[in-house]
Parts: sequence; C-alpha cells; structure tokens
Amino acid sequence: MLQRLRGPNLSFILGSLAFFVVVQILISTGLLNPYWQNILFWGAAMTMVSLGLNLIYGFNGQFSLGQFGFYAIGAYASADITYRWVRNDPSALVVVIFGSILALIFMLGISAFLRRFYGVATLTKFLFNLLAAVLGFFLAVRFINPAIGQPLYQALNGLPQGISQQIVFFLALVGGATLAGIVSYLFGIPVLELGSDYLGIATLGFTIIVKVLLDNTDTLLPFPEMKGARGMVGIPKWTTWPWVFVCFMAVVLVMRNLLHSSTGRAILSVREDERAAELVGINTASTKILAFVVGSVFAGLAGGIRAHDMAFLHPTMFGFLPSFNPLIIIVFGGLGSMTGTIITGFFWIFLLEGLLRLYLPEGFETWRFVVYPLVLLGMMLLRPQGLMGRYEIAFLRRPLPSLRVVKETPPTPAVAPKAEEVAV
Amino acid sequence: MSVAIETRRMEQRMIRRRNGMVLNRLSQAAFALAGILVFYAVARAAAANLGVFFQQVLNGFQLGFIYALVALGYTMVYGIVRLINFAHGDVFMVGAFTSFFTISLLNLHQWPSTVWPGMNPTLVMAIGTISVILFSMMICALLAVTIERFAYRPLRALPRITALITAIGVSFFLEYFGGLPFAFTNNYRTYPRPFEVFVLNAEMVPLVWLAVLWGVCVAAAIVYSVLKFLGQRGNIRAQAWQRNPLLQFGMLFGGFLGVVLTIVWLAPRFIGTAFELTASNAMLIIMGISIILLVVLQYIVRYTRIGKAMRASAYDKPTSRLMGINVDTVIAMTFALAGSLAGAGGVLYATAFKQVHHLMGIIPGLKSFVAAVIGGIGSIPGAFVGALTIGLVEVLSAGFISTPMRDAVAFSLLIIVLLIRPQGIFGEAPGEKV
Repeated sequence: MLQRLRGPNLSFILGSLAFFVVVQILISTGLLNPYWQNILFWGAAMTMVSLGLNLIYGFNGQFSLGQFGFYAIGAYASADITYRWVRNDPSALVVVIFGSILALIFMLGISAFLRRFYGVATLTKFLFNLLAAVLGFFLAVRFINPAIGQPLYQALNGLPQGISQQIVFFLALVGGATLAGIVSYLFGIPVLELGSDYLGIATLGFTIIVKVLLDNTDTLLPFPEMKGARGMVGIPKWTTWPWVFVCFMAVVLVMRNLLHSSTGRAILSVREDERAAELVGINTASTKILAFVVGSVFAGLAGGIRAHDMAFLHPTMFGFLPSFNPLIIIVFGGLGSMTGTIITGFFWIFLLEGLLRLYLPEGFETWRFVVYPLVLLGMMLLRPQGLMGRYEIAFLRRPLPSLRVVKETPPTPAVAPKAEEVAV
Repeated sequence: MSVAIETRRMEQRMIRRRNGMVLNRLSQAAFALAGILVFYAVARAAAANLGVFFQQVLNGFQLGFIYALVALGYTMVYGIVRLINFAHGDVFMVGAFTSFFTISLLNLHQWPSTVWPGMNPTLVMAIGTISVILFSMMICALLAVTIERFAYRPLRALPRITALITAIGVSFFLEYFGGLPFAFTNNYRTYPRPFEVFVLNAEMVPLVWLAVLWGVCVAAAIVYSVLKFLGQRGNIRAQAWQRNPLLQFGMLFGGFLGVVLTIVWLAPRFIGTAFELTASNAMLIIMGISIILLVVLQYIVRYTRIGKAMRASAYDKPTSRLMGINVDTVIAMTFALAGSLAGAGGVLYATAFKQVHHLMGIIPGLKSFVAAVIGGIGSIPGAFVGALTIGLVEVLSAGFISTPMRDAVAFSLLIIVLLIRPQGIFGEAPGEKV
C-alpha cells in the first residue's frame, strides 16, 4: 500500500515564504550586495542544473555528462529572445515559442503514428522525430514569424513597460527550457540505448559539440548577435530574486512530486535493475527518456536564469572543465538525494566563487583550482557515498508508514520462506 | 468469456498494426544517403584540391600516431580497471613539460656531445632525442603509478563513480597545479625541439629509401600471409610466428613511412608546383618512434610474464588472483606502461606543434579517448586504428569542412560510431549478465 505524499504543509509554506521575504528585504535594503546576490543566484541556477542531473544519474542511473550542453542551449536561447526583444525584434521570441509548440505537436503526432507499427528501430524514431522538429521550426521561421511577429510585438508593447518585460522574460525562460527539452528528447532517443560508460562518453561529446557550435555562432550559424567566441554582451539584466525563487521552488516541487508518483517509482526501479523493471512491465526506454528530458528542462531553465543574471555569455562558461561541476555537486551531496544536491549546490558556488576568491590572500587566486580538487579527493576518500547518502529532509520524503497503515495491511502469508533459504 | 474477447481484440489490433521494417529500411536508406552525400562532397573537394588533400593526409598520420600512443593508455587502463582515466591527458601534458625542462634547463638532448666532444652530430641528435623521450617516459610512468597508488587504489572496492570523480579531481589538480607560477606557468611557451627540423622535398628522397621501405613492408606482408595460410591449415608454429612483433613492425614501419615518402616524392610530379607540400623529418621521426613503441608494447603484452598477467587480469580478476597473480602489481604496471606511452606522446606532440601549455592535455586526451572508444575500448589494435581514423578525420575536416569544427566533427564521429556499433570497430560485443 503506497503512502500518499504530503502536500506542502503550512510550516513549509511559511518557512519558504519567510526565507523569500528575508532575502528580499536584505536585497532591497542593500545588505546583500550585488556580489553576494550574484553568488546566490548562481548557486540557485547551478543547483537547478544539478537537480536535473541528479534526476538523470542519481535517480534514474543514466550516467550523463551532457547537462552543461542543455544549460548552454537554455541560456543562449533565452538570452537571444530577450536580446532581440529589447532591440525591437520579436523574431526570436516568436520562432522559439511557436516553433517549439509546432515541433511538440508534430513530435506527438509522429509518436502516435509510429505506435501503429511494431519493431520500429531507434534510428527510425530518431529520424522521424528530427524531421518533425525541423519542420516545426521551419514553419515558424518561414510563415508564423512574418505573419504575427510585428502584431504580437505591438500588442505586448501596448502593455505597461514592467508587465510586458515580465511576460517576455517568462516566455524567454519557458522558451529556453522547452528548446533544451526538445533537443534532449531528440538526442536522448538514440543515445539512451547505450550502456553506462558509453552514454557518458556520448553525452560528453554532445557538450563539446555544443561548445564548438557556440564558439562559431557568428561564422557557421546564423546568429551574429551571439558573437561566437567573443561572448554575447548586451543581454538585459532581468533576473530578480522573485524569479529565482519561483523557478527554484518550481524545480524542487516538480522533481519531488515526479519522484513520488508512479512514474517516479518507475524511474527509481530503472536505476535499481533495468531488466527487472522491464520484466514487471515498465517501459524502460520511455522512462529513461522522460527523466533525461525533465532533467534537461531544468538545466535549460537554469540557463535562462543565469544568462539574465550575468547579462553576458561566453562559450567557455559551458566548456569542458566547468561541465563537471554538476556531477561533482551531486556526487558530493549524495547520488539520489535532493537535499544533498541543494545543500552542496549552493555551498559549491559559495566555496569556489565566494569564499576562496575573497578570502584567499592576494596572488593565491590561482590556488583556488588547486585546492578544490584536493577537497574533492579528500571527500571521495573519506566519505564516498556523499554528504547525505540518500537521506532526504521530511518535506522531500514520503512519510514512513504509520501504525494505522500497518494495521490495514493483510498479515504475511502462512508459508513464508525462511530467510536462510532465500539467502542462497 | 471476457478473456477470450480480449484476446480476439488483441489479435485484431495486432493485425491492424503494420511491420515497422519498411520504415526502418527507409530511415536507414536516408542515413546512408546522407553519409554518401557528405563523403561525396568531401571527396569532390579533395579531388579539386589534391595538394591540400595529401598535405592533410600527412598531417593526419602525424597526429594519429600521437593519439595512438595516448589512446593505448586509455584502452589498457579501461580494459583492466574499467575506469575512464581522465587524468591521462594531463600525464601527457606533464610528459611534454618534462621534456621542455630537460631540454631548456639541462640540455639533455646534447649530452653525448658534452661527454664525447666531436661526435657525429646525427648520432648526437639521435641519442639525445631518445634519451629525452626515455626520461619523460620514466617520469610519467612514475607519476601514473603514484596517481594509481594514492588516488585510485583506495577506492577500488567502491562504486566506479567514485574513482571517476577522483580521476576528474586528479586531472584538475595536475592542470591547475601545473598552471601555478612556480610550476609551468599559465602561458603558452615555445618548445625547443630536441632535434633540428628541416623540410623534406622530393630531391631529398632517394629512390633507394623508397625501395627499401616498400620492400620491407611487402616482404613482411608476404611472410605474414604465408604464415597465415599455413596457420589456417593447422600449423601451430606458423600460428605462433604469425603474431611476431617483428612482422608487425616491418609492415607498419615500411608501409606508413613508405606512404609518406612516396607522397613527398610524387607530389611535384603529380600535383604540380602550384602547391608546396611540406613534410618534415619531424613527421617521419614521430611516426617511426610511435611505431617502435607500439610494437614494443605489443611484445610486452603478448610475450612477457607481466603482459600475460595483464591480459589475465583484464579477463577475470578474481580468477587471476586464484592463479597466483598479484593483481595490484599488475594494475600498477599497466598504469606505468600507459603513463610512459603518454609521456612519449607528450614529447612528440610538443615537437610537432612547437608549444606547451598547462591545459594542452585536455583536448588531445579527449580525442585519444574517443579514438580508443571508436576502435573498441580494451583492444590494442583497435586503439591504433581508431587513433589513425580520428587523426585523419579531424585533419581532413579541418581542411575541407571548416577549421573550427574539427572537434565537433571528431565527436560527431564518436556518437555515430556508438550508435551503429557501440562496442567499437574491434571491440567484442558485450555479453549481458543477468
């Protein structure tokens, strides 16, 4: 008998609201200076990325190193939307939003179509979905943008300045996250078939391909405003504490509720034993893709937050070395523990960018990256299961069966096998 | 009753469903067509500019052989401990820097002339270069064994992810410790080559060399095929001789150096003088040294006690322990071999590209790893073939597709190979354990 998941209870709601209000007061009174504010927002974004990776690797057992690729896609897509918007060009907004909608509709249609066949290979699935997505975005670029781009811009600009900005920012975040989700779906179909290490290598390859593409956005891709390896400047600085808080809480709540639903049980069972999960009737392929896509959507959302906080994007932010941060965070916090990820996510950015940068003596700046692998090595040697293991705080955990429930369950069968016999 | 109705409905539904094979064939055809189109476009570009093509083939060989040395380390370590040793690329960097310091501070590449003044300069160069490489190999072997002893061995009983994270940690440590001002500093530094580099042109290639190289290659190939023929008929001695490293050496050394020299010799006759083909003696030296090291490695893995122990441990560790093999020593030896090859690779890479930097190990390390995966991880010939493939593909895509995209093309190749043949070209299909 499954226990029902507790809803957000009063103490939780009050606690998080109090936290929100306190930080907001600190920010508006200027006690939390922009530097620490930046660290806080960055920590929240990194935690969201890491939560996504924890869903993929910690809870679903699929070793992925591609999380930063989706982070980069979300960041660049949402930054491009707002960048063009403030320069009176609604095209990016229209293309990303309507293209994503069309692509999703087409991909749903393709999935329904392919379900009428049996024995469909992964490559086939991949090709048809790819074509559907490309068609969706093509239609958006070719037909929807010329038709409704300017009217939409006029309509949104007719609203008061603050409101239209918030709407556009919301759409940019959603667009970036959706784009990351669509790309991860397309990439996940063929790649999630691979085994553990091979999946890691393929996703690492994905990160590097994304980085190389970002290096050449102005020469090879038609996005001159991203300025390739020179870095994208001029992104509006729209990220505020309410936005960060809402996105962060949304990610945490979605992940918590997902993990405690029956789909979440399926996700966990794939981690424990894929073959056994398949034998009890779980569609392991679609479960893996679901976890992968949701994790990447979190990363894309975090990318939007980060882009509008920094107001500057550079491909090296998404390069090979920083792309290990989420993995390090989740292993540090404990694979399969949301609590651990949240604690270490903030702590990691605080340690790396706040503490070590400010309090190390002059000239020891470069020692930062010598100290932090040593911390990592020490952690791995002393506590390899991570800070929290698989522990969760009460809010993120299904409550333990109470006595009442134990009474309701039927008694154990009379001829239960003895423990020794089973243990053979 | 309801069960029967349900079954009939299921049957009807199955009949209505169609076979997806048609769609599969269609999409396979589409992918094949896309592949052929890309190949055709590259081939057309190559045919239009034959000089660039041959130049890139030479560069690709040079790069591929260096990757092969590093890839062998990845593949051996993965084969025996199932660990993606991310620190391997940084051992490669340390190898390059070791030779940088031994050359610039100690003048190690000229020690024969200080000991015996008036020695033949070519001989001085040869002995000096070899000793520089050997010194770097030694240091890197020590480094790799140290890393194994203190970072990986305590974690061997734990889940593999801990060792992987540790490998990443060691890698970052080497990179950024190397970047400190008193170590290697974080600037690009010009690398003093251990030998004089000169450009080869067609007049400098005597036909005798060509004849000797091709003769060695063809003779080795003939002996190999005769032995193979005899071996197939059941001659056990022939089977044993067939795997002789000397035969491999003859075929590889004669073949590859022969190809390079033939291209250099033929270039002005076929391509014309419009394109200046630059091949240097560094290219030949790099390829020669790599081939020698590869053959020595093959010999060690195939014929020595430690090599046999390595293969046994890679196959089944608990049973090897029961047979009296000290698996810990074997793993340490594997790391030493891998590290020494990476060290040699670092020296050769720095010689080829003439600069060193504390982050220079990342991308070549990753590429070599990709090469090992493409060739089939755990397989030594696979690593060699994969490295040559990656080297050629990277350099050709730089020449004919777009220079900044070379990394993306190499990794796309990796993803494509993984999708078509996940175990790599030479890898064995992984048996599923239940």
